[in-house]
Amino acid sequence: MLAKTFRNPLFWLCLIGLALASVLPLWVSGYILGLLTVAYYFGVFSMAWDLLFGFAGEVNFGPTFLIGLGAYTAGILNGHGVGIPLCLLAGTVAAVIGGLVLALPALRVRGPYFGLTTVVAVLILQNLIVVFADTTGGEIGLTVPDVISIDAATNYWIALGFMGVSGLVLYAIAVSPVGLILQASGQDPVEAGALGFNVAKHKLAAFCVSAVFSGLAGALFVFYMGTASVGTLIDVSVGVQVIIGAVLGGRRTIVGGVLGAVFLIAAGELLRPLGSLSTFVVSAAALAVILFVPSGLLGILTRQGRHA
Amino acid sequence: MSAAGLAPSPLPSPPARAPASGPPLLAVEGLTKRYGGLVAAKSIGFSVRAGEIVGLIGPNGSGKSTVMKLIMGLERPNAGSVKLDGTEIAGWPSHRVARAGIGLVFQHSRPLHRQTVLENIKLALLPDSLIRLLADPGVETRARAIAERVGLGAVMDRRPGTLPFADLRRMELAKAIARDPKVVLVDEPFAGLTSAEVADFSALIRGFRDEGKAVLLVDHNVKSVAALVDRVFAMYLGERVAEGSAAEVMRNETVRRVYLGGSIETASRPEATFAGEPLLKVEGLDVLYGKAQALRQVGIHVHEGEFVSVVGLNGAGKTTLFNAISGLVPHSGRIHFAGEPLAKRTPAGIARGGIVQVPETRELFGEMSVRENLDLGGQHLPKAESARQLEWLFELFPILKSRGGQMARTLSGGEQQMLTIARALMMKPRLLILDEPTLGLAPVILEQLSKALERLRQTTPITVLLGEQNVTFALPHADRVYVLEHARIVWEGTPDRFAAEAGTGYL
Repeated sequence: MLAKTFRNPLFWLCLIGLALASVLPLWVSGYILGLLTVAYYFGVFSMAWDLLFGFAGEVNFGPTFLIGLGAYTAGILNGHGVGIPLCLLAGTVAAVIGGLVLALPALRVRGPYFGLTTVVAVLILQNLIVVFADTTGGEIGLTVPDVISIDAATNYWIALGFMGVSGLVLYAIAVSPVGLILQASGQDPVEAGALGFNVAKHKLAAFCVSAVFSGLAGALFVFYMGTASVGTLIDVSVGVQVIIGAVLGGRRTIVGGVLGAVFLIAAGELLRPLGSLSTFVVSAAALAVILFVPSGLLGILTRQGRHA
Repeated sequence: MSAAGLAPSPLPSPPARAPASGPPLLAVEGLTKRYGGLVAAKSIGFSVRAGEIVGLIGPNGSGKSTVMKLIMGLERPNAGSVKLDGTEIAGWPSHRVARAGIGLVFQHSRPLHRQTVLENIKLALLPDSLIRLLADPGVETRARAIAERVGLGAVMDRRPGTLPFADLRRMELAKAIARDPKVVLVDEPFAGLTSAEVADFSALIRGFRDEGKAVLLVDHNVKSVAALVDRVFAMYLGERVAEGSAAEVMRNETVRRVYLGGSIETASRPEATFAGEPLLKVEGLDVLYGKAQALRQVGIHVHEGEFVSVVGLNGAGKTTLFNAISGLVPHSGRIHFAGEPLAKRTPAGIARGGIVQVPETRELFGEMSVRENLDLGGQHLPKAESARQLEWLFELFPILKSRGGQMARTLSGGEQQMLTIARALMMKPRLLILDEPTLGLAPVILEQLSKALERLRQTTPITVLLGEQNVTFALPHADRVYVLEHARIVWEGTPDRFAAEAGTGYL
């Protein structure tokens, strides 16, 4: 088992990547650290999404539903004087409960309808936030009194550590026997059932795990930003970015999501001089990768790793 | 690889062994399933004891697969009971049925492509648990042992995508063995296998019996499983038609009529009456689906005005042959139509050139009315001609006239089939290809369809190529018959010689 891990190029790639990333604050500016901090949280969003799509075979078009539930629950509670650790816990629990309420009926419908249900959930959440503007800050957004830290490097390390742990847990699940059953359920649910696996149970569990990490990451993100708004956390376009990040990085790889998220945010920043054209260029690049390198950025890297 | 591959021994002679006794492991009673108005299984009852192999046999649409799905819990029965070792399991979800001790060897499945063969087998050994993040060390050893047993020892570290077809079937069998069920259901155990592979698989299935499992083989015809089964239960149109030893069932009058037709009136015209170059000429046709050879060196020809039937069981390659002619699947070999090669033409070009195929799946526009479906077929005709054609078709299929405004999907199966044929005829084809028009139709509808074809043949100079597994339907109109078996043409002749020379393969 251990020997197998050491022979895996992915293991070394991750280790080198993490090592490099952890010493980055010694060299780069606070601005770049801030960007990467955002990218790491988005990386967790993408990884959590990949567990559902890449393994359970369910396309969740509404990752921001889970993220938003976590973020807003934590933010609103903090506004009422609840401490950060409890807010994080409450945000996570809210995301799981919301995820269950959504997934229980949604997993009964097949194929594209599951995806549609998840989009509608995002729209409903968005509406609720606007309607209950007194509590949620509505369209202007929610400002939280507490932040984790005002030091860019500290925030960066927290995000990096959180991403590392999330990635490890999600990856461990994905390659475990449970992950194998999950893949079988996504690939051929009829046969998985005939092999004695309760497909609905496994998919629901995957949805809950995805919700835990989405919700917790959403809550942490709020305490990093100090604000939460529909436009940055819940809007369907944010969800699309999470999805593109996961697919771009490499479907069914879990850790690829980080790569995709960093790429998207870095590219957006580098191309900022192009103005509104930058979105177009980033989208076109993402589309090209998805069309021509279906295994994603990670696929390119590990293949080179194998040749080396 | 021919008929011999399917019947290693001349006639069923199960090895001499003590007949299984004791209470049945699997007992099915009064099992009924309705889909809307169609009764797919009607009060089906049989039982399988430990150490016994029973064949569940029936032609396409007979309901045998439905019964299999009902037992496995993939469908819920409307009525009836399924008892596994005394426990009532009818209506349970499939994962509970599987845990209770029934295993299903799928004919087609989608294995885990990114995992190795061994990991695919390991999957079947896992408990249905959400918290087992580390597999039992014993799982690895057992998976290896099972891989060796089914003959996958040399390839267990390869990915399923790189395996030949037979090895994929072995992997499915391995998964069933891994579950160690009390009752094993095997869906079409020998489809697509060579004779050597058939012998291998037969031995593995006998292994199930020797371990005291109850085995149910689900297949199209008795012959393919005759050498293996202790008893046969034959179905047709959702009902039981016969039960007994393989030899008894093959002698059964009803079974013979279902598979071979009674005394069939044939009205063939000698091939010599069709002069000149054939309208359609297929030579040396090969088609591969991945690794499975769907057609091997197939050659047929059809003269202008001739009615030719291609008879073959499910999976023999009929649809593939027609799709190759219509340009829908990649192939090698030569196909000439009216003297011209078709190789470079697109499917649309071939259809405009006069070859119109009526697919097995019908492909009607369900949300359009009967009239609209027909008008679409007559799109390219001048208005007056289209109207004339429509008039003639309503004469041929009077029922369609009275249903003109109805949405196509609300028609019965037989009416839909007539509409599909009529729509094809609106295109005024030079060659009409009919692929299994009788699929899932009741006998009375078959008769109507048969009469319409007869009128078509007598009143028009149309050329027809018909693919059927229902011999009763295929023979009466045919001038000439080809038999397609396991991707090859194995027999060609006139319909009156069919029963004597090629019929036994169809029981």
